[in-house]
Amino acid sequence: MPITYTSGEQVEVYRFNLPITIGVPLVALFLQAFVPRHFHFFTIFDLPLLVTIFFAMARRNPVSGLLTGGIIGLLQDSLTSLPIGVYGIAKTVVGFGASSLGVKLDVENAGARLLVTIGFYVVHEIVYFLVARGMVGLTLEWSWPHELWSALANAVLGVVLFAVLDRFKQRT
Amino acid sequence: MESVLGRYRNLIILVGVLFLQVLGLAVQVKRTSENESSRLIRIWTVATVTPLEKSLVWIQSSTYGVWHNYLYLRGVRQENRDLKAEIERLRLEQVRLSQDAEQARRLQALLSFKEQYVAQTMAAQVIGSSGSEQSRSIYIDKGNRDGIKPDMAVITADGVVGKVLRVFHSTSLVLLIDDQSSGVGAILEKSRIQGVLRGTPGGEVILEKVMADNDVQPGETVLTSGGDGIFPKGMPVGKVTRVTQGAELFLNIRVKPAANLGQIEEVLVITKKEEREPNVAETGPVRAVDILAQRLPSVPDKPPTPDAAKADPAKPDTAKAGQSPVAGATATAAAAAGTAGGAGSAEVHPDKPVRSASDATALPEGNPAPVRPAPVQKNALATAQPSKPAVVPKTVPAGQKNPVTTLKVADKNPKPAANQTRPEPVTPQDNPQ
Repeated sequence: MPITYTSGEQVEVYRFNLPITIGVPLVALFLQAFVPRHFHFFTIFDLPLLVTIFFAMARRNPVSGLLTGGIIGLLQDSLTSLPIGVYGIAKTVVGFGASSLGVKLDVENAGARLLVTIGFYVVHEIVYFLVARGMVGLTLEWSWPHELWSALANAVLGVVLFAVLDRFKQRT
Repeated sequence: MESVLGRYRNLIILVGVLFLQVLGLAVQVKRTSENESSRLIRIWTVATVTPLEKSLVWIQSSTYGVWHNYLYLRGVRQENRDLKAEIERLRLEQVRLSQDAEQARRLQALLSFKEQYVAQTMAAQVIGSSGSEQSRSIYIDKGNRDGIKPDMAVITADGVVGKVLRVFHSTSLVLLIDDQSSGVGAILEKSRIQGVLRGTPGGEVILEKVMADNDVQPGETVLTSGGDGIFPKGMPVGKVTRVTQGAELFLNIRVKPAANLGQIEEVLVITKKEEREPNVAETGPVRAVDILAQRLPSVPDKPPTPDAAKADPAKPDTAKAGQSPVAGATATAAAAAGTAGGAGSAEVHPDKPVRSASDATALPEGNPAPVRPAPVQKNALATAQPSKPAVVPKTVPAGQKNPVTTLKVADKNPKPAANQTRPEPVTPQDNPQ
């Protein structure tokens, strides 16, 4: 199994320059809003979530991770017709979890990234489901096959996306 | 204490951030009106994302336009011929429908029935979507500066799309009818059963609040009922695809939207609606028979012969028609067009001899001078335009023949005087020559 336990001193912490930090989430939001107009199946993907997981795991700082996730989630909320905060809460939790996991585990290889993305996608959907149903009052249907299939699709896309975004990493 | 805070610093920040978001969410959910507290962040995000979308859509449509308008023109001539034939067919159908519509307006006027009309629309291009399965909405490239307001209806040529939910400076968010928070007052076309159209979490559209004892068949068309105050009555929404027994006493009716909600590129926003009583005289009495008569070949006028009527006793109708073959053809056309079935007017019947063109002329009381109808206009449909004035008969010298029948076209807003002096039909024998 490629996931290995590492101490805090062993893991490498990366940082990103400002244009990448701001530009990549915005591009992800833009693509998430634009591509489904032409390819409806693209709604199965959650690019802002993948970007959140990537930045959180690379920075390995829980506070930075939860703030990144929270901001990206709130921006994603603001494009929908729903109240702002549903995606924000879900991605805050994911950002915190991914960065905390990144501190303890080496998630630099494709297999680890695949499994981690599947796990965090499911966590994201559960939190979203609970908040949307419990607070907003949306009538949502939970379907495990659909969620697992979506998680796998996002994980595969995530592996490719993370490999691309790795080029923008800068060692601290 | 400090060590505890330092140890659980990350967790405390997480709880704090989550608490703030939950609080903000609760405030938004509690407010029933537009969430002004969240408007600023929406404006920022939309202002950041939509210019990129607009640019890409513009590039895309420009490329498509150059290719399809200037380069790829295969089959355009054939398509043009087909469309012309379709226009001809629709023109005839329009005349038939205008008769039905006029009858409906008369009945509605009798009942003082007020109806909503789409007075003004604005075309808009779809530039993006919400990108979420739980929020089925799209962004259009028209906003506050273009006069768009919340709750305006959005349609396509196929049917209803949704309503404007939020308006920004140059863009608007449109809530689609398959979103679970949308609701459209709907009515079934044939059975006239009313219900509420809603979206489901899975993106399907269902018709709610229809009692189980109603007979609803798959394939039936669903129209807007106008009861929601947003969509004008009678717009196509979709077709019933499946009817099953639902919970409690209601039917579970699935509807396939008429508009392809997943592939919308351009929409129309209804920016102005008018509510008024139908005007009976807003369509003129243009008859199918008249249009058909113009399409038939005509014979040029001949010099008048005094014995013309006597010379051909076998053709009394033609003689009565002042030797006008078109008038005779009119009778044939009237029968062919099935005017008795509704396409024609009450003035022409297949089993009734068609009187001459001068039948339709006006003869002012006390004026012994003969009158002649104005020549038929080349484009009969042009006379159907409400803004066209009535065709006024002209006087002609004695002995001149009446070439063809006359189209009587009422003014859109007829003056009382004009209505009072509606010409009475006269026969040639009535005209003192």
